[in-house]
Amino acid sequence: MSAPARHDVQWHMLTVVGADRPGIVAKLTEALFRGGCNLGEASMARLGGNFCIMLMVEGVNAVTLEQQVRPVTDALGLRLHLDSIHGKLHQHVEPNVQITVYGADRPGIVAQATAALAAAGFDILDLYTDVGGTVERPIYIMLIDGYVTEGVAVIERAITPLRASGIEIRVTALDTLIG
Amino acid sequence: MAVLELLQYPDPRLKQVSAPVTAFDAVLQSFLADLEATMRAGPGSVGIAAPQVNHFFRIAIVDVSSKPKIPQHGCLRLINPEIVQRAGEVKGREGCMSVPDYTGTVLRAQSLRVRAQDADGQWREFECEGYEARAVQHEIDHLDGLLFLDRVISPRHDLFRRNR
Repeated sequence: MSAPARHDVQWHMLTVVGADRPGIVAKLTEALFRGGCNLGEASMARLGGNFCIMLMVEGVNAVTLEQQVRPVTDALGLRLHLDSIHGKLHQHVEPNVQITVYGADRPGIVAQATAALAAAGFDILDLYTDVGGTVERPIYIMLIDGYVTEGVAVIERAITPLRASGIEIRVTALDTLIG
Repeated sequence: MAVLELLQYPDPRLKQVSAPVTAFDAVLQSFLADLEATMRAGPGSVGIAAPQVNHFFRIAIVDVSSKPKIPQHGCLRLINPEIVQRAGEVKGREGCMSVPDYTGTVLRAQSLRVRAQDADGQWREFECEGYEARAVQHEIDHLDGLLFLDRVISPRHDLFRRNR
């Protein structure tokens, strides 16, 4: 039997950042589980050696939630940030375009690429960037999934001027198979 | 024709292995019509397998003809299908009528040869590639109790699983 759907859920966004080490997720979620919390969508990344997580949590009020988590984050030397949010589950938007951007690292790649995309009506749903190459010759890599109503051709036109500045940009239409 | 009720995960019945079809009779013809109607009632669906409608026999339908400009065979009714040859490996995004509100990236063979019986029990073979090949693999997985969730790879880094 599934639990009846609840429409009055107050979600909180729990953000935790700090020096990475093994076991952080286990300790955080153990405290939340013991405190009667329920988890929703979450995303964890290791950025520059830092542990970063954004976690949807519900089940208790913000004060109680902080009381549950603060001892864990303090003990691990992590920064904690809490917001009550209007969001809810089952709000996915299916991306229909994937964009890959890369080039010799220099200031402004993200700003220029995303400005062109925004002007073309592109909605970023997922963005991931990294710096590879060597310390002497770094390369910047950005992967974006998003949605655009007008289709790939509009995006292609919007990003063409960027290619002249030495940025490689590949636009791929995504077609999700439903079976 | 009737639109049948779809099982949705976490219904455990979706994880069971289906049995071969042995009777190619009027009951089968009628079921195929209902299965196809159910597939067409699902928005954007390009395939369906019998276990998705609580019928645990090795029957799948694939029809990617709604997608423009791709190689395809029209509406494929695959009974007791077997993939006898596969080549290449490609990533693609998949969802499923039995797994609402979630999509993921799955590696599939780029092309394949599938051997299956038709509605009259005649064995036939089809060479499929790309999107159609993906749909065939997705549906045959259902017959073995596998969902695309069993094959999802990391969306962020597209990590390949090590073969064990």
